[in-house]
Amino acid sequence: MNSLFGPIDPAKDAGYTDAPPRMGFFTDTSVCIGCKACEVACKEWNAVPDDGFDLLGMSYDNTGGLSANSWRHVAFIEQAAPSPAAMDVLREAEATVSTQFLGMPSSTLPGTEGREGRDLRWLMMSNVCKHCTHAGCLDVCPTGSLFRTEYGTVVVQEDICNGCGYCVAACPYGVIDRREDDGRAWKCTLCYDRIGEGMTPACAQACPTQSIQYGELDELRERAAQRVEVLHQRGVTEAKLYGHDPDDGVGGDGAFFLLLDEPEVYGLPPDPVVTTRDLPSMWKHAGVAALGMAAAAVVAFLGRRP
Amino acid sequence: MAEAHPVGFQWVMEAKKRGATVIHVDPRFTRTSAVADEFVPLRVGSDIAFLGGVINYILSNELDFREYVVAYTNAATLVTEGFQDTEDLGGLFSGYHPETGTYDPASWQYEGHEEFAQTHEDTHVHRETAAGFQHEAHGPPVSGFVARDETLQDPRCVYQILKRHYARYTPEVVERVCGVPPEQFRKVCEAWTRNSGRERTTALVYSVGWTQHTVGVQYIRAGAIIQLLLGNMGRPGGGIMALRGHASIQGSTDIPTLFNLLPGYLPMPHFKQHETFDMWAEAIRHLGQKGFWAYARCYAVSLLKAYFGEHATEENDWGYGWLPRLTGDHGTYQQVLNMIDGKIKGYFLLGQNPAVGSAHGRAQRLGMANLDWLVVRDLYMIESATFWKDSPEIETGEIVTEECRTEVFFLPAASHVEKEGTFTQTQRMLQWREKALDPPQDCRSELWFFYHLGRLVRERLATSTLERDEPIKKLAWSYPISGQHNEPDAEAVLKEINGYDVATGAPLSGFTQLQADGSTACGCWIYSGVFADGVNQAARRKPGKEQSWVAPEWGWVWPANRRILYNRASADPQGAPWSAKKAYVWWDPEKGEWTGHDVPDFEKTKDPAFRPAPGTIGVHGLAGDDAFIMQGDGKGWLYAPAGLIDGPMPTHYEPAESPLRNPLYAQQANPVRKVYDRPENQLNPAPPERHSEVFPYVFTTSRLTEHHTAGGMSRQLAYLSELQPAMFVEVSPALAEERGLEHLGWAHVVTGRAAVEARVLVTARLRPLRLDGRVIHQIWLPYHWGGSGLVTGDSANDLFGITLDPNVLIQESKVGTCDIQPGRRPTGRALLDYIADYLRRAGLDASHYAPLETPGAGE
Amino acid sequence: MTDRVRAGRRGGGKGDRVMVPPAEFRSYYGRPIVKKPVWTHDIAAYFFTGGLAAGSALVAAGADLTGRAALRTTARLTGLGAILASTYFLVVDLGRPSRFLNMLRVAKPTSPMSMGTWIFSGFSAAAGLAAVAEAAPLLPRRGAVGLAARALPVAGRAGGLAAAALAPAMATYTAVLISDTATPSWHAAYPRMPFVFAGSALASGGAAGMIGAPTAQAGPARTLAVAGAALELAATHGVEHRMGLLSEPYRTGRAGTLLRAARVLTAAGAVGALLGSRSRTVSALAGGALLAGSLATRLGVFEAGKASAEDPKYTVVPQRERLGTL
Ligand SMILES: Nc1nc2c(c(=O)[nH]1)N[C@H]1C(S)=C(S)[C@@H](COP(=O)(O)OP(=O)(O)OC[C@H]3O[C@@H](n4cnc5c(=O)[nH]c(N)nc54)[C@H](O)[C@@H]3O)O[C@H]1N2
Ligand SMILES: Nc1nc2c(c(=O)[nH]1)N[C@H]1C(S)=C(S)[C@@H](COP(=O)(O)OP(=O)(O)OC[C@H]3O[C@@H](n4cnc5c(=O)[nH]c(N)nc54)[C@H](O)[C@@H]3O)O[C@H]1N2
Ligand code: SF4
Ligand code: SF4
Ligand code: SF4
Ligand code: SF4
Ligand code: SF4
Ligand SMILES: [Mo]
Repeated sequence: MNSLFGPIDPAKDAGYTDAPPRMGFFTDTSVCIGCKACEVACKEWNAVPDDGFDLLGMSYDNTGGLSANSWRHVAFIEQAAPSPAAMDVLREAEATVSTQFLGMPSSTLPGTEGREGRDLRWLMMSNVCKHCTHAGCLDVCPTGSLFRTEYGTVVVQEDICNGCGYCVAACPYGVIDRREDDGRAWKCTLCYDRIGEGMTPACAQACPTQSIQYGELDELRERAAQRVEVLHQRGVTEAKLYGHDPDDGVGGDGAFFLLLDEPEVYGLPPDPVVTTRDLPSMWKHAGVAALGMAAAAVVAFLGRRP
Repeated sequence: MAEAHPVGFQWVMEAKKRGATVIHVDPRFTRTSAVADEFVPLRVGSDIAFLGGVINYILSNELDFREYVVAYTNAATLVTEGFQDTEDLGGLFSGYHPETGTYDPASWQYEGHEEFAQTHEDTHVHRETAAGFQHEAHGPPVSGFVARDETLQDPRCVYQILKRHYARYTPEVVERVCGVPPEQFRKVCEAWTRNSGRERTTALVYSVGWTQHTVGVQYIRAGAIIQLLLGNMGRPGGGIMALRGHASIQGSTDIPTLFNLLPGYLPMPHFKQHETFDMWAEAIRHLGQKGFWAYARCYAVSLLKAYFGEHATEENDWGYGWLPRLTGDHGTYQQVLNMIDGKIKGYFLLGQNPAVGSAHGRAQRLGMANLDWLVVRDLYMIESATFWKDSPEIETGEIVTEECRTEVFFLPAASHVEKEGTFTQTQRMLQWREKALDPPQDCRSELWFFYHLGRLVRERLATSTLERDEPIKKLAWSYPISGQHNEPDAEAVLKEINGYDVATGAPLSGFTQLQADGSTACGCWIYSGVFADGVNQAARRKPGKEQSWVAPEWGWVWPANRRILYNRASADPQGAPWSAKKAYVWWDPEKGEWTGHDVPDFEKTKDPAFRPAPGTIGVHGLAGDDAFIMQGDGKGWLYAPAGLIDGPMPTHYEPAESPLRNPLYAQQANPVRKVYDRPENQLNPAPPERHSEVFPYVFTTSRLTEHHTAGGMSRQLAYLSELQPAMFVEVSPALAEERGLEHLGWAHVVTGRAAVEARVLVTARLRPLRLDGRVIHQIWLPYHWGGSGLVTGDSANDLFGITLDPNVLIQESKVGTCDIQPGRRPTGRALLDYIADYLRRAGLDASHYAPLETPGAGE
Repeated sequence: MTDRVRAGRRGGGKGDRVMVPPAEFRSYYGRPIVKKPVWTHDIAAYFFTGGLAAGSALVAAGADLTGRAALRTTARLTGLGAILASTYFLVVDLGRPSRFLNMLRVAKPTSPMSMGTWIFSGFSAAAGLAAVAEAAPLLPRRGAVGLAARALPVAGRAGGLAAAALAPAMATYTAVLISDTATPSWHAAYPRMPFVFAGSALASGGAAGMIGAPTAQAGPARTLAVAGAALELAATHGVEHRMGLLSEPYRTGRAGTLLRAARVLTAAGAVGALLGSRSRTVSALAGGALLAGSLATRLGVFEAGKASAEDPKYTVVPQRERLGTL
């Protein structure tokens, strides 16, 4: 049985002997311009169907989230913290009308966040499968459809997937999903068919600002640490990494992020843990319950003879 | 820029990573603002006041790069005594003729050059023909030798005039006009000036947020003044970057699809002004000027040789008589109005979707519905091809399918990946593209279409004896064709554009080889060199890391593969780099030539100390420090004595539709703007006219990253449509409250032309501004929607009327006034009644038009 | 409007300690973070029928060994019916029968579903055999068929014992299956859920025996039913009240309604079983209540899981608490 927890090299753990270096993504949201080129490039390359034409009113996000039909998703978060001057104008404007506020949902209270001198923040972040070191989806998949590649990534083989949907509930990030029409599970493959050819994944290739950086995970982690340092020096003290730590609940993500606010603001879990970490304990409890059942039966029948 | 030029924006992000400060000035908070260091929201249409404020800050604090300014600009040049400024005349410059609504620019001239000036008759013609466009590659006519005061003290020198003109543009005025608080304004001024000068340069980037105004050209002039004052022109990291639109929109002005230009910015002949070849050629050459336009005759003859080949001879003035002539305004808006009037019978529409993309959509559609025939070549069945059966006017009964007389021919076009050719982008760079795949079915390239159309027409006219058919019969119309569909060879066309020796057919290496004796032919003189040595220079793709940082071997840039124009200014007057850090091209005294990282934009061996004998014209008239070699006086123009129809210096005027009285001058809006006073083109009232409160809000339109222009290329694609699936309108929370608009609910925006419905996005990215004691709400709409495609919606362009900038005839589609109401708009005839009611309340009837001049009113 | 909302509850309910301090949390437009299970009620029904089959297998084996023929027959046939229903629900959920077979290509210890597939397959085969054995009396005594008919009871006993051996695993693996997810209120319940499911299985298995067998033979089934009901009630109470914020989905909404119904039905069924040991009618009514209670429990648990995945607060707040940053 593979390790269920802790920092490991996933490819080695999965039995690859001469595995290439682990590949992954560092997504630096501080330079994302929300152009969604990554979303479109992913769909073009992987022939993913469209996700429906719904105006969601979540700022410029009309995708909503990752799904079987959206393997990249760009989140848009408007954080309004009007400056005193802007507030004066607003108050003046509002003085003439009622006080009911019909505004758009924003993710934060006014005035709580944001650098000095900026009264409005518009955060953008391109989300993707994390290619977890300990991937819940892969652990629970009963068919072996989900597998670990030699690059340490996690990929679904659509010809084997039976659509049981277990992976969907097992992913702590809400990434993988079952497609309505074909009933199978789909998610980012980290462009397994491209990286094998030495190509960059389509999304990273399309990203104009290098918000999505693809490369060897170790190197990306170094680069990310430096970037955080630079941002801190420039006064962007809120910059922090997410998913980079091999000691976190999933053993570190193969795709990690630089965020400018708390993870949940972007729709990410603040402290994800691979569900199978607790699997041994689950079986233990189940074993006790099972023994109890058996014992109850024995007692019930032994207790009285007809 | 992040929205509409995301790929180009990577370099802004790169600069930012290296420590650059990014300032974004825009009426609304966009994706660009999101990553900018400073976002400066301002009222749409008020940038001249803002930039004027910056100019005032520079001049009143003497922060200009003085050495650069004295040497390379016309700051020291004296202006005639007769010149009177807007400060003296309530917002008008001297020379205004109220009857024609134009200026006589005689009094704007340099001292002693009054005779160079055109009459206001001329300016009228210039406005009709968008003559301002013709100055894109060269300055307008002005004599090369001028009176100067290098101490800049003379009250009539440009520097002092500028200083007086902008003295009123104080931070307080900026706040009153633009809504920008003085502290923030000062921050921008400080950042801009601090980051300019000997050691540093600042780049200015603009696009159509600056151009689509009745004062659009003056917006850019104002930016240019600042960049000249701070020494940011002709230097690396400086300049003014005009971000172009469609992939080759630069190419389509260089080799124009415009009515008033011929290739290389040669003016289209005017029936009266350019009766003969000599009149035309001399008009281009501007007798008495310094600089390279002196050779205009070579460019003109070579162009005619390319057009008419062996038929162009000295005896027949190179076939000049066969060129069509301008008789007035043939711009796209005038044409559409002419269609409504039944004056135009047939129309070719290629790669354009005016039913959605052009201002006053209703007029566009009514015009097209009144043709005999219309040819549409497009990738998709766009709204401009189907208006006769599904336009909004069908619903209102203004177009009745059965009665619509227009016969529409739809011809499917090959897309850019299905044909070869060049794109010319923002940096004037030509990049060759191969064909990736064959066009499907009946789709064909433009080249195929025009070549074979021409061929067929020529076959039909071969035996004609009519004089009017001569030009067609005399065209040089032979290109190698190949393949199943007889596709003409695009490289052969590029060779012709590059130019060749008529006798040998050998390609020319550049425009300096062009001759006026008929021995050379050249399709576009500024592109000469793109096929130098018989090699397609535009197809070069040497990776950046294998060459210098200027990357001269990637593509080809006109003119002469020069990456930065006027780069002589990157060195000081003596020819040494201003600083080691900013070295770009410089004079090598040893070798006696100009050298550096780029192709010097100067005569290679002209010593910096060279001074021409007085009266020398043409290139030889340029002094060793006349860095702006295409200008008649060799100088960068802070003050434009000629060439602009609306004044020598940018001045703040309100947009044609504005809820505010101009806080600076009695003159409300640009007094020489191009108007079309017609019943279908009612403009909402603006002060000092009454009833402007009927349309109390300011609206502006622009782009979404997810869609492309009139939507033909994005609303047809699922992957793009799903990203922005519905027409929407953005309003501030405060306005939502004021009007009872609900997030994601419906609302409709009303102007004197139309009511357009959209879903509401309430967002703090739009905010009300306080101006002159009033709160002004701004509304934003994307203009990508129309009736066809996977996602459909009302078209924002239906809201606009037609008012144009006088210099280049661009429409004011960035700003208008409107009302907004919750809920959907009325439909059918009720919609017409609804708008009629607004017009009635606004006091607009068919015979009332806004005055051009507003002397003293309301003061 | 802001979606930084208050989560959690004031301490309430007698004896309950204040479990979650009122907390603020933020989210992405109130959207879920984890995906809610794509499973439908078929899966909840499968949990019920699987439990019923497991409970019945225990009853059947006990009855067989202790010579309660009527109870044995009832339990074996109930088990068979439950297995057939289970198979149906599984295949419906997967879409195609072949997709079930896909799972038999591998045995994967980290996947409770893979393990469960093998348990279910083995259990079904054994319990199926036992049920088929009930057909022995109906077969002719002579000939080849007769030979088989005479061998059947032996095989039936072997099958029944094997099924009984697998039954506890069959009843509880489904608890592991749902706990081994990122669905917040399921995962948090992993120490308790096997007991809920074990109790529920016993209660339903016993109940079926009470209904199908004469009162004289149904004694042990009744005992098992009551014991199972008690376990189910106790363990469910823990799930509903001892997991802080993550218990909330079990008490509110559709899940709350279902689980309240389950409590009433199960308690009533248990009381009925105890009091009505002499009356076939009361026994049958009590058995019916217990079965319904068991089914409601499964549906309630299922709904609670879905609800906990749909509201981001159940993902964010407990994780924040864990991080100590709330
Ligand atoms: N994704 C995408 N890219 C495109 C296009 C597209 O349709 N979609 N179109 C292409 C074309 S044809 C063009 S021309 C370019 C245009 O490129 P841009 O000019 O960048 O495009 P716009 O979005 O129209 O306008 C830019 C900004 O100008 C602001 N603005 C409006 N009025 C004013 C004003 O008075 N002052 C100031 N300071 N700002 C103002 C608007 O709020 C807007 O944010 O983009 C090209 N690129
Ligand atoms: N309100 C408002 N109006 C505006 C603007 C604004 O900012 N606000 N911006 C203005 C600007 S800058 C522009 S450029 C215009 C754009 O307005 P249009 O040019 O009218 O709009 P497009 O949708 O770009 O039309 C281009 C058409 O060309 C087709 N096409 C693409 N490739 C080819 C080809 O190779 N051959 C042929 N034959 N057809 C092809 C496409 O399918 C598309 O339908 O809109 C202007 N209108
Ligand atoms: S993020 Fe989810 S889907 Fe992706 S590898 Fe991790 S558990 Fe699997
Ligand atoms: S749905 Fe497919 S990929 Fe997911 S767990 Fe089931 S078999 Fe594996
Ligand atoms: S790596 Fe490939 S599959 Fe994954 S999001 Fe990027 S483009 Fe899509
Ligand atoms: S392509 Fe890059 S910049 Fe654009 S949205 Fe995606 S991550 Fe952001
Ligand atoms: S569409 Fe083409 S031209 Fe426009 S930004 Fe993208 S790459 Fe550049
Ligand atoms: Mo454009």
